[in-house]
Amino acid sequence: MLDVAKRDPAIVVVGAGPAGLRAVETLAAAGLRPILIDEAPRPGGQIYRQPPVGAERPARDLYGFEAPKAVALHRLLDRLGDRVDHRPDTLAWSLLENRLDLLSAGSFDQIDFDRVILATGAMDRVLPFAGWTTPGVFTLGAAQIALKAQGVAIGRRVALVGAGPLLPLVAHQYLKAGAEIAAVLDVTPLAPKIRHGLGLAWQPATLLKGLWYTAHITLAGHPIRFGVKSLRVEGGARVEALVWTDGRGREHRVACDAVGASFGLRSEAQLADLAGCRFTFDAVTRQWQPERDPEGRSSRADVYLAGDGAAIGGADVAELAGERTALTLLADLGRPVDASRVALLDRRLARQRRFRAALEAAYPFPGHLLDAVPDDEMVCRCEGITVGRLRDTAKVREAHEMNRLKAFTRIGMGRCQGRVCGQAAAEILARTLASEPAAVGRLRGNPPVKPIPVKETL
Amino acid sequence: MKNPVAAATPLFHRLVPRAGPPVPITIDGEPVEAQTGDLLITAILTHRPHLRRFEFAAGMRAGFCLMAGCQDCWVQLADGRRVRSCSTPVEAGMAVIIGEDPQDA
Amino acid sequence: MVERLDVDVAIVGGGTAACAAAVALRGHGLTVAVLEKRRCGAGASGVNFGGVRQQGRDLRELPLARRSRTLWDGLSALLGEDVEFEVSGHIKLARSEADLADLEAYRLAAQEYGLELTMLGANAVHAELPWLGEKVLGASLSPTDGQANPRVVGPAYARLARRLGAEIREFTPVTGAVATGRGFEIEAQGLTVTARHLINAAGAGGGLLATAFGETVPVTPLSPNMLVTEPLPYFISRSIGVCGGDVYIRQTRRGNAIFGGGHGWQDVELGFGRPTAEQSLDGMRRTLQLVPSLAQANVIRTWSGFDGQMPDHIPVIGPSATTPGLIHAFGFSGHGFQLGPVIGLILAELVTDGRTPSPIEPFAITRFRDMPTATSAEAAHTEH
Repeated sequence: MLDVAKRDPAIVVVGAGPAGLRAVETLAAAGLRPILIDEAPRPGGQIYRQPPVGAERPARDLYGFEAPKAVALHRLLDRLGDRVDHRPDTLAWSLLENRLDLLSAGSFDQIDFDRVILATGAMDRVLPFAGWTTPGVFTLGAAQIALKAQGVAIGRRVALVGAGPLLPLVAHQYLKAGAEIAAVLDVTPLAPKIRHGLGLAWQPATLLKGLWYTAHITLAGHPIRFGVKSLRVEGGARVEALVWTDGRGREHRVACDAVGASFGLRSEAQLADLAGCRFTFDAVTRQWQPERDPEGRSSRADVYLAGDGAAIGGADVAELAGERTALTLLADLGRPVDASRVALLDRRLARQRRFRAALEAAYPFPGHLLDAVPDDEMVCRCEGITVGRLRDTAKVREAHEMNRLKAFTRIGMGRCQGRVCGQAAAEILARTLASEPAAVGRLRGNPPVKPIPVKETL
Repeated sequence: MKNPVAAATPLFHRLVPRAGPPVPITIDGEPVEAQTGDLLITAILTHRPHLRRFEFAAGMRAGFCLMAGCQDCWVQLADGRRVRSCSTPVEAGMAVIIGEDPQDA
Repeated sequence: MVERLDVDVAIVGGGTAACAAAVALRGHGLTVAVLEKRRCGAGASGVNFGGVRQQGRDLRELPLARRSRTLWDGLSALLGEDVEFEVSGHIKLARSEADLADLEAYRLAAQEYGLELTMLGANAVHAELPWLGEKVLGASLSPTDGQANPRVVGPAYARLARRLGAEIREFTPVTGAVATGRGFEIEAQGLTVTARHLINAAGAGGGLLATAFGETVPVTPLSPNMLVTEPLPYFISRSIGVCGGDVYIRQTRRGNAIFGGGHGWQDVELGFGRPTAEQSLDGMRRTLQLVPSLAQANVIRTWSGFDGQMPDHIPVIGPSATTPGLIHAFGFSGHGFQLGPVIGLILAELVTDGRTPSPIEPFAITRFRDMPTATSAEAAHTEH
């Protein structure tokens, strides 16, 4: 008879970015054989995304200063061989109780897990501005991916807009690759960056890299303009110009044929939501995030969280947190863990948290963009629901909460299920009601996490 | 007045030359060459300014996030398949249907 | 400090029927309080398929469904907002000779209630629905049936009731209710309500409230599993069902195809349902046989709700047999959406006149008197 109690527990890690990769490495080192689910064909996550087969380039060209880290992570699974059950090209589209639902190579599958580490990463935080659905407007992350994964620029003459450290990095990468830059605009003011410069020194290397990128693009003739108040894309069928208002209210117009614009990052926390993890509102990033203790536990005993999928920390934090969370999981299983390693990771993570706090303070949430966005602009790019529709519905139909707003307007019900519009809609609702985003709640998630084809069920 | 040249000018601009044989596909019936290693979105947008029509109003779409999150870049193929072009490698013989913006037609 | 409210009628539950009753009662000048544990119209009223269907109902429900149907025509005007009601007609498909015989028998019986159904032969059905992937032998068309947006109807009734002066209390779960001899005292979070009349419109929780008045009824939770596709070119011009009920589908004018698939997972304690992957995939498989062109579509969302189901699949409607002044309306068994507007009227009639012109005898709570009582936990288990 099979002794169920003696089998190794089924450990699943979702996401093969820095957090997920370090987690499986740690689990494999303890003799477990974790299953690693990842949507991408090759490991690395978005930050260390590898180009498709046939589009490879030297790591130094793709990842710059970060090349050694990227290469180490890319080689990690080769090194571990079959000690990890790696399932690339696999979407985890639902999670209920202890079952993960998968879609891979056109067929559906399921895995029952005993414990799962969700390392689901992040995407750009998107806020609407006039003309943002014009073809040729992409996220800043998209602009970077186009270059890294495909060796293309999103246009011939590109304007870049941001609210975080990604902006100087992408501008630097575009210039280095020979792209023409039209403008580099930061919608957050300069003052808090100077004020919190001291806090940023918690990670001197990171700070220096940021200054290096900024210096490079400035010397190339594209100083970052800070404190941008409003944005408007001109052109109908395609981008013709970006019109922006500076801190003093003066309007500027730059001709360009593409725009890369987004405003920080937001966690991809859909699976944690479906798992029933408790969420709390983070007042600094103004996002709902799954609760996570410093060791990586969620509110659910068998669900662990690591990396940007739970709270934005960046790639270095994700690596540390992936390992730390895996050690927590091992300890919770009653396996021995190296206490000195745990202590070291905790010290590094604490240091990173102080850096992160300073970084968030240096790049405050640019809510002023939402006050500037006209009523006829779309907030939901999936179904074309306008900002004005949300504002009107909030006032006239007493939609004082996000799920009610969703029920009345369909916001968050399109193909992306609110991952692009959700935070903006909550901010718009809160602003319309003179309330706070924490008070208007968050969109309830439903499976599938991403669209699934009907045909594959046959 | 619309400028027909601008309307047909591709969006993406190649910066890094790539080895490997060209990959023949068609866009609205017209043969074009993609490159080995292209994602479908790259294959299309290095030849065209759009990927698809927007269903709910006039206007066209050209993708947005490039990381399979925003679902803006779903593309129709002539064989009936619908694919998310930023996460789909180009294949020889793919026949992409974009169609025209009803406003321009 | 606990707030006190004194009203003529207290209504437990804030679904469509409850809020429609509040509207009607305000029309009679009575004071009303609606106590809803979460949000009005967000329970079974708000997350169902959206079918406004008479065809195929239990014949005992038909008089109510017929009367309700007359209300749907004026609903957007009454509520002051568009509920997206569309008379698309409802087609029920027969896949066997036995199905055909059932449809014909139903057609004859429904005629007695004034519901005109038209039998369609195989050729006519396939001409009407050329995209059907499965050979059907025939169908029955109910031209006056249709569809509406369930997310809008309940909340719109709640807002109208509030405009008319009803106390609408959301996030106010009721913790206890007793008859005082002069009426009722209802305890809710932070609130005590005294009322001459009490309406039990608590959905899946209706059985629990009935039990508090010595009327034990076998209500089990029901969570239909629903799916919706991305927008597709409009082609499903009718609301579609099949004999046996294992496939149902409609398409909104915007293009999203909505279809059902089995029953979801339930948290009985918290009173909410969630779709399950197995049921969703099964529903996709069955629907695809009927509508093969969906093979190129993506499902963008699945969802479920939480309704109360009775063993005989018809609701409990009518006065309590133990407690004067108490009126029940719950256990709509997954198909209460179309009935909501008329149930509101009937409840108001029962309060103000003590009777209703609608034949509600079949829905009496006393029909379960002699039944062995299943606990909801056992029942939920068999349901799942």
